[in-house]
Amino acid sequence: MQAMKAVMRRELLSYFATPVAYVFIVIFLMLSAAFTFYLGGFYERGQADLQPFFLFHPWLYLFLIPAISMRLWAEERKSGTLELLLTLPISLKDAILGKFLAAWLFAGLALALTFPIWITVNYLGDPDNGVILAAYLGSFLMAGAYLAIGSSLSALTRNQVIAFILSVVACFGMMVTGLDMVLDFFRGWLPQGLVDAIASLSFLTHFQSISRGVVELRDVVYFLLVIGLGLYANQLIIEAKKAD
Amino acid sequence: MIVTQHLRKCYGDFVAVDDLNLQIEPGEVVGLLGPNGAGKSTTMKMLSGFLTPTSGTASLFGKDVVHDSLAARRMLGYLPEGAPAWGEMTPEQFLHFIADIRGLQGTSRKQALDEVVAQLHLDKVWRQPIDTLSKGFKRRVGLAQAILHKPKALLLDEPTDGLDPNQKHEVRELIQQIAQDRIILISTHILEEVEALCTRAVIIARGKVLADDTPEALEQRSRYHLAVTLRLENPERYRDKLAQLPMVAEVEVHTDGLTAFPREKETPFPHIKALADKEQWPVQSLQLERGRLDEVFRAITMGERN
Repeated sequence: MQAMKAVMRRELLSYFATPVAYVFIVIFLMLSAAFTFYLGGFYERGQADLQPFFLFHPWLYLFLIPAISMRLWAEERKSGTLELLLTLPISLKDAILGKFLAAWLFAGLALALTFPIWITVNYLGDPDNGVILAAYLGSFLMAGAYLAIGSSLSALTRNQVIAFILSVVACFGMMVTGLDMVLDFFRGWLPQGLVDAIASLSFLTHFQSISRGVVELRDVVYFLLVIGLGLYANQLIIEAKKAD
Repeated sequence: MIVTQHLRKCYGDFVAVDDLNLQIEPGEVVGLLGPNGAGKSTTMKMLSGFLTPTSGTASLFGKDVVHDSLAARRMLGYLPEGAPAWGEMTPEQFLHFIADIRGLQGTSRKQALDEVVAQLHLDKVWRQPIDTLSKGFKRRVGLAQAILHKPKALLLDEPTDGLDPNQKHEVRELIQQIAQDRIILISTHILEEVEALCTRAVIIARGKVLADDTPEALEQRSRYHLAVTLRLENPERYRDKLAQLPMVAEVEVHTDGLTAFPREKETPFPHIKALADKEQWPVQSLQLERGRLDEVFRAITMGERN
């Protein structure tokens, strides 16, 4: 526990020791605002909610979250600090968890800094703040799922660009299975049960139901499960590929 | 105490370490010697708990490095090859992180940090990102990390590789300072280091132990052991006279002198000195050889290949 916290602190410190953190946060805030106002038609809709804001989060995360996760393990491998970290008295599980939690907290911080839009919508109208809170929770959970997948893929390589591309592709896969466009392709020849199963694997399906204000246990469990499996895969990959 | 039994590591078909049996006691400074690719680093990586052996066992003071890895790692200080560190951190942040992970708290923590800062002269660079430090200072930061918790066993993988002669000297002095009552295992391919530091040398090549002895005993295996080297001009002229001495088996001529090799386990030194005095040779220096480690190293590691 002590060691895990130390890893988490070190990791967070290193985000802010370099411009990475600031660049990421600024870009994240600018893009999320641009999507909300231009693509989402925040004003034109004339509704006091944050639907147009959250609608684009899965797409925003698709490129921005792998930018956080790509360095998690690839960089340690490249600089040789992987060997240092894993020969300190800390279990691999704690090391993975510490690094993941740091990245998740950082993503959470970026998400929390979007609070002006919440103030704006409360100033302009009378939104259901319960729904907004649920959507924030859903978005945070989804960010964790993206991160866990990105973290495990980052452990595959010493090259951050490869880690980034692999993560984008994998996360894209995890998303599009929820799009009608993709599901229609399966509907023609798969039984409805299987199509639903495919749809239920998607980030989109689960995120959309939470962001409408319905915090169902199965959606929360789904994201936690993806995180758990991602980090477990992370551990297997590191154990198998230590010598590389 | 470090004990390895039939330790073996394979990467696919390639056998990096093969049936390695070692026992190292506290107080010993052991040099793990070998050509590049001999399995030195792989051995270090298994002892440090980074790599899992393919077969065989290794333990540190009774703690198995695989099954009781965390306990073993707590007693160990390890400097990986190239002294990796997180470059964006300052030595201050880096060593505080190590202290956190090692569970050092309160006054013992402060004392440990103060001690390594003084020992390694880190005060000047204490708040500078490690990325911006010179190679020598980076190495010192790596060493500080390894000795911070006063480990009972210290593994140093090529600690002086890539340093300039002054820095090498400093690192060696430091290792000597911290050597008492500890186990220190140094992997290196620099032979002078073994002569300067180690109480024992283990030579490995292609994953196997080929020799395990004190540096002095290894030197005695050298053909130069007890030989006599004379430095004088026009050495060719004195060759035959020297070769006629009954104690001398063979004479080798260099550009600036001669070396006479002994026939038996007794040096021809007094006889050669007497001859040189009698004939009034213009000898600039007359030296009794201890034996040359580099020659022994070559003989042992090359002999295996042929």
